[in-house]
Amino acid sequence: MGDKKLIKIALVGNPNTGKTSLFNQLTGLKQKVGNYPGITVDRKEGFFRLNAKTAASIIDLPGTYSINPTTLDENIVLDTLLNPNASEYPDVIVMVADVENLKRNLLLFSQLKDLEIPIVLAINMADQMNKKGISIAIEALKADLNTEIVLISARKNTGIEILKEAILNYKKFSTITLDDLSAKIDEAFFEDLKRAFPKLPLYQAWLTITQFRNLKHLDEAQKEAAKAFLKNHSKVKQLQHRETILRYQQINNILKKDYDVNRVEGTDLRAKIDSILMHRVFGYLIFFLILFVVFESIFDWASLPMDLIDHVFLQLSSWAKTQLAPGVLTNLIINGIIPGIGGIAIFIPQIAILFLFISILEETGYMSRVVFLMDKIMRVFGLNGKSVVPLMSGTACAIPAIMSARNIGSWKERLITILVTPFITCSARLPIYAIIIALIIPDKRLFGFISLQASVLMALYLIGFLTAVLSAYILDKTLKIRKKKFFIIEMPNYKIPSPKNVAYAIIEKTKAFIFGAGKIILALSIVLWFLASNGPYHFKNATQIVKQENPELPESSTAFTKKLGSYKLQHSYIGTMGHIIEPLIKPLGYDWKIGIALISSFAAREVFVGTLATIYSVENEGDTKTIRERMKNEINQNTGKPLFDFPTGMSLLLYYVFAMQCMSTLAVVKRETNSWKWPMLQLFFMTGLAYLVSFITYTVLS
Amino acid sequence: MNTTVADLKKGERGCIEQIALKSIPLNLLEMGCLPGKVVELIQIAPFKDPLYIKVDGNYLAIRKDVASKIQIIKL
Ligand SMILES: Nc1nc2c(ncn2[C@@H]2O[C@H](COP(=O)(O)OP(=O)(O)O)[C@@H](O)[C@H]2O)c(=O)[nH]1
Repeated sequence: MGDKKLIKIALVGNPNTGKTSLFNQLTGLKQKVGNYPGITVDRKEGFFRLNAKTAASIIDLPGTYSINPTTLDENIVLDTLLNPNASEYPDVIVMVADVENLKRNLLLFSQLKDLEIPIVLAINMADQMNKKGISIAIEALKADLNTEIVLISARKNTGIEILKEAILNYKKFSTITLDDLSAKIDEAFFEDLKRAFPKLPLYQAWLTITQFRNLKHLDEAQKEAAKAFLKNHSKVKQLQHRETILRYQQINNILKKDYDVNRVEGTDLRAKIDSILMHRVFGYLIFFLILFVVFESIFDWASLPMDLIDHVFLQLSSWAKTQLAPGVLTNLIINGIIPGIGGIAIFIPQIAILFLFISILEETGYMSRVVFLMDKIMRVFGLNGKSVVPLMSGTACAIPAIMSARNIGSWKERLITILVTPFITCSARLPIYAIIIALIIPDKRLFGFISLQASVLMALYLIGFLTAVLSAYILDKTLKIRKKKFFIIEMPNYKIPSPKNVAYAIIEKTKAFIFGAGKIILALSIVLWFLASNGPYHFKNATQIVKQENPELPESSTAFTKKLGSYKLQHSYIGTMGHIIEPLIKPLGYDWKIGIALISSFAAREVFVGTLATIYSVENEGDTKTIRERMKNEINQNTGKPLFDFPTGMSLLLYYVFAMQCMSTLAVVKRETNSWKWPMLQLFFMTGLAYLVSFITYTVLS
Repeated sequence: MNTTVADLKKGERGCIEQIALKSIPLNLLEMGCLPGKVVELIQIAPFKDPLYIKVDGNYLAIRKDVASKIQIIKL
């Protein structure tokens, strides 16, 4: 035992069988999420000890019903288990199965078993056996499946130690396949196959030809061989079907002996809940009510922690200023790094709350019902029932939203979902909306109770949503991609969510945001700071030039400092950039300072407000007036009127409704679609639309 | 006339007769829609699509176009 220090485990299983729960039980918080090389699916890895001498690393492979993938996520399972040279290739597979649904789970098991990799079957939800009247003859089942089996309950934390002991013994596991089905499927065909791939176990050879498009590690010779077999495509397909039918027969025969359910309970409860939640009227009412509660919470609950974070970072900046010796480095910390990190931290509350709800809805089994209810409606617009989650998440942040589109099986529907999600009003737009609405919309009530400002905000959300849906419709009609027409989802049993799973999901998603989008936001805020506090000739000699131009001002006066600050900004690199684009944005009602903010908010929209703050605080260093007051007092140097008046404000609001102003989103879209074509399309289409709409708005209003 | 799962009314059941193998994703077979199994239509979504079915202990939602390829004998 333990002659190897680190055992590599792959966790495999159908969706909703408790894989995540088991993973969390085994690893605690010793988990990290990374990427598979070259592809976009999150790779969840964790570490734990099997005993004093032996440690284990475990990767949580995406849930799948079969080794034959239908989505990108599921493809990982195949790709990992068929490539012995991959760093993820496991020493042993732990397959999690749901005791209530053993038959279907065993289909995947029988496929995995035939890979001839050591495998232990962990039958989960053992705590439900009594209630559901399930009994299993474990020893007989072990013999029939020729495998190690452990009954566990990931939720009640039972059987886990036994599972660990079993894993330690993986070298003694039989890796012989179940009854060889190849003779029953088509003897001659499989004889040929064996000859073509003499080094591979037969089932792996079979998968190599049937799935060769999904396998990345094959060499040219193998690809050629696979293609030769695939010439008779319909025959291969027929054999696959026959294989599946035979596998089920095999499983049925075993389960008839070893598995028994003597009471069918719970279906009543399921039917009752279903009849309410999926009712043609109440179903939608309940869903919209839930949506309302989610949005309400995102904004209500999050506002307090967000204010707090804002405050803390402001305090931190001014505290650091008193503690550190003045200099370039200090300047970088105070004006670049601290606000940059603050700009990321401010989104944590909303993202955490969003995923609190989403993971609860998923854990309970409700999300599948929503997909069911919404599928037909979404399809009218070229989307998919499963697009609901991305569109919903998009209200917090497009980045996790776009990643959650991965489980949409049809590429066209997935692509459209990805392309339109950035139109959904994300929380990064909110600070911009909030500040501009407060500046240009009077704080009045319509009919005495409807807040005018709130209505404008609502309208902006609505415009974003409608644009998303409309663009989806147009894309559906114009994109020439053949639709794969299948859509199968499981309707899981209703369950009470496990707080641990919910907590871990929140931590995982929040971390993914911080380290994904956060990196880009921070990097760009530092670049921004650099561009604002450095500049060419005029910037370097600013003090002298200002002195010459204003000989009457003593160098120590505040008036002089202000003049100097303003002069420096105008001649910094970023000031120069703002000036360069001013002619382009003048028709929209913006001046060069807004131009600077537009450029820098390409890093991430919320940077807009921060940039204006930076610009004005660079201009009046030490001034603590709030940014809104500063904006109010700003005068448009072209017209002499207040800069943020109604036409300019509306034009800016609408610009941010439509424009693709988020570098991190573009990066994610590039990753998810594996091409620059789609993010570029988004960039030009969205920003072009934004320019047009803002131009019209400004021209009409002024 | 072929009867398919798409022709079932809510609460009705049928026995899967023969699947139009070519047009049906393997995936559906793997989820337990096998010849000889009984399909029950549990619910139809508000706009007549997708369908919520129970087959061999599995609860699935499938779109109507797929359902119309699963031939059954009504029970
Ligand atoms: N009763 C019971 N429920 C469980 C058990 N393990 C997981 N669950 C629940 O089953 C659902 C699916 O679990 P999850 O870990 O998310 O499954 P995954 O989709 O396979 O990762 C969740 O609601 C869990 O709380 C268990 O051992 N017993």
